[in-house]
Amino acid sequence: MLRACQLSKAFGGLSVLQDVSIDFHPGEVHALMGENGAGKSTLMKMLAGVYAPDGGSVAWRGQPVRFRTPNDALSQGIAMVHQELMPIPDLSVGENLLLGMEPTNAFGWVDQAALHTQASAWLQQLDTDLDTRRPMRSLSVAQMQVVEIAKALARQADVLLMDEPTAALSDHEVTALFKAITTLRQRGVAVVYTTHKMDEVFRLADRISVLRDGRLVCTQAALEFSADSLIAHMVGRELAQIFPPVTTTPGETVLAVEQLTREPAYRNISFTLRRGEVLGLAGLMGAGRTEVVSALYGLQPAASGTIRLRGQTLELRSPIDGLAAGLAMVTEDRKGSGIVPAMSVQHNLTLAALRQFCRGAVIDATAESSTTHKATGDFAIKASGPGQAINQLSGGNQQKVLLARALLTAPAVLILDEPTRGIDIGAKAEIYALIGRLSAQGTAVLLVSSELPEILSLTHRILVLRQGELSAELAPRQTNQEEILRHAMPR
Amino acid sequence: MTATTSPALDRNLLHRLGIVAVLFVIAGLLSVLTDSFATASNLTNVARQVSINGILAVGVTFVLLTGGVDLSLGSVVALSGVACALFAHPGEYPLFVPICVGLLTGGLCGLLNGVLVTRGGIAPFIVTLGMMTVARGLALIFSGGKPVADMSPDLTGLAGDLGPVPIPLICFAAVAVLSWLFLGRFRLGRHLYAVGGNEQAARAAGVSVPKVKLFAYGLCGLLTGLAGVVLAARITTGQPNAGQAYELDAIAAVVIGGTSLSGGVGSVLGTVLGVLLIGVINNGLDLLSVSSYYQAVIKGIIIVGAVWLDRRQARS
Repeated sequence: MLRACQLSKAFGGLSVLQDVSIDFHPGEVHALMGENGAGKSTLMKMLAGVYAPDGGSVAWRGQPVRFRTPNDALSQGIAMVHQELMPIPDLSVGENLLLGMEPTNAFGWVDQAALHTQASAWLQQLDTDLDTRRPMRSLSVAQMQVVEIAKALARQADVLLMDEPTAALSDHEVTALFKAITTLRQRGVAVVYTTHKMDEVFRLADRISVLRDGRLVCTQAALEFSADSLIAHMVGRELAQIFPPVTTTPGETVLAVEQLTREPAYRNISFTLRRGEVLGLAGLMGAGRTEVVSALYGLQPAASGTIRLRGQTLELRSPIDGLAAGLAMVTEDRKGSGIVPAMSVQHNLTLAALRQFCRGAVIDATAESSTTHKATGDFAIKASGPGQAINQLSGGNQQKVLLARALLTAPAVLILDEPTRGIDIGAKAEIYALIGRLSAQGTAVLLVSSELPEILSLTHRILVLRQGELSAELAPRQTNQEEILRHAMPR
Repeated sequence: MTATTSPALDRNLLHRLGIVAVLFVIAGLLSVLTDSFATASNLTNVARQVSINGILAVGVTFVLLTGGVDLSLGSVVALSGVACALFAHPGEYPLFVPICVGLLTGGLCGLLNGVLVTRGGIAPFIVTLGMMTVARGLALIFSGGKPVADMSPDLTGLAGDLGPVPIPLICFAAVAVLSWLFLGRFRLGRHLYAVGGNEQAARAAGVSVPKVKLFAYGLCGLLTGLAGVVLAARITTGQPNAGQAYELDAIAAVVIGGTSLSGGVGSVLGTVLGVLLIGVINNGLDLLSVSSYYQAVIKGIIIVGAVWLDRRQARS
């Protein structure tokens, strides 16, 4: 009914999906599986008309179609429920459900009575008794999901695309959602969805497609997979030869974390980090990795627990405290909390360590520019000059500027949150080499990454976070991606 | 700053050259169209007229750079002028007392704005809108609703000349030069750009965002106080109804000068050019005896037009 034909997509020269062809059938639940960044969301968004394909096409009822906007796709009967829901919180459930297709009376006014009757009817079809006059903001995430699905039903959707619909749901809510999905399947709707939760896939999916690095690995009936074979398909790439060997031996303990807790994000996190050690922090999205390391830097202080650096207990209320203590961090969100886009490469580079180049309150321009000159060389930053605006650089070069910014503060502990996300392979290799050099120089590195090969190849030790708790400590040379994923998957 | 040929700097340069060119064209036209424009007495007059708006515009540049806004300038000018005048009766206090009272009044209003924005987490627009009414009310209360007259000649002398140069112009020039140095050379100046350019990134890089904002609002208030003192000296009274809509002229000058209302981009030099442009246009329209009704319309069109041109340039 809906067919992806050799779909390809690249963002900023970076290929995220290549030659993917899948058929979706009515009355079937089709799961898209793959690691973070495998291309699942991108594929869905192309089917839903959010992105236009760079190559290949989408065929709908046997005809090639080109959706220019999500509304195009919706009018043809293809609806998408996004990972981040987009309700209008102050409108009622009914108004949200029938947004843009409200029943009107002879004067063109919205007929409130009819609106709520119709809305309830759609919700009934999903076996849900929700008061349609309640404001949307009073609903739980699961209830909002159901409203979103009903919204798709009301628009006569024949295909329902759902990106991680259960990521934020409790077990009880998942059951309710599955009931709704089963109803849809019986009505002949094609349901396509992504998830990280293994058990769900086997409970719900009829067929499974596995994506890896933007390519389709296989499409098979769910019955033909076992949990282990599915994971193997998801991660099964060979380790690229771009990782420098880990040759250093960690020294004495520099950082000791005890019982770090901030509900509901994480609880009772305890670990140590040694001089020259590269410690990997693995886990799925939403497991609390970013929250934990943000607490160590002072970005989002923990509610309780102690953090000691070289035996000294730290009070981390803001990054100012973290930097003063000898911690530095490159955040995962390069645009949001990394670069200052309007400022130059030089000004971005020296921002965190500016005090070093100052006499009193005045910036020493000579010292600043000679440091910039040295750093652009050391980190192989490709820019037309120190005055170039940073937002004109490629993602990889921006990332190198941010790494240089953190390292100019000469930290004892460097926290890297997804340091290679969205950058090309060349810049990745440079960052891997840099991590090796830092370790050799005695800097302790805490590496958060969703790319398991990185974690496995660069680190001395791996911690796995599951739903805000440490679930395992593994030795990278004695484990594999399957084992990490098993400890990372929510139970 | 190292010598570079970066596109970002080029754009800034182009922008400034653009304003300078417009300024010259308008000045040239006025010299031809009127006999009186290009005379020493008129140009001194222009300088005197732009000084107050200039001081305010430089002050509010700091706030706009952080991505904020200050709508209370005009009212705080009036309040500072009244406060200054109350302490400026002949023979009561030495000259520095009324001056300091005026400056501190403005500075306190600015600090209060800053505290409410940073600690209170209230939008700058709302905070300074509130301050706009409160300061106006206080000015009326302290003055009893009447102009505070009987000011000592020492203070009103501040509106006079030092040799051939008007003292208000000296104040404006000093404020502009010091601010320019501050933004370019001082760590806190750099932090101001960082906070306005990306607040989250600035915080993550160890910049104290509240401190920077507090400083910007406080300094803007202090300079507003200075403008209030200069205005009181010029009109020889503390006028509680003075300064109406001064904030609009000041913000217009800053924006014409290339400062982004969303923060992080802008310069004192641009602001000075914007102030001169508005000043010359005002003066020219007066000399051409354009009715003040039409003046308002023309000024509005020029402000929007200048910014529109700027954005078009930015996109290309």
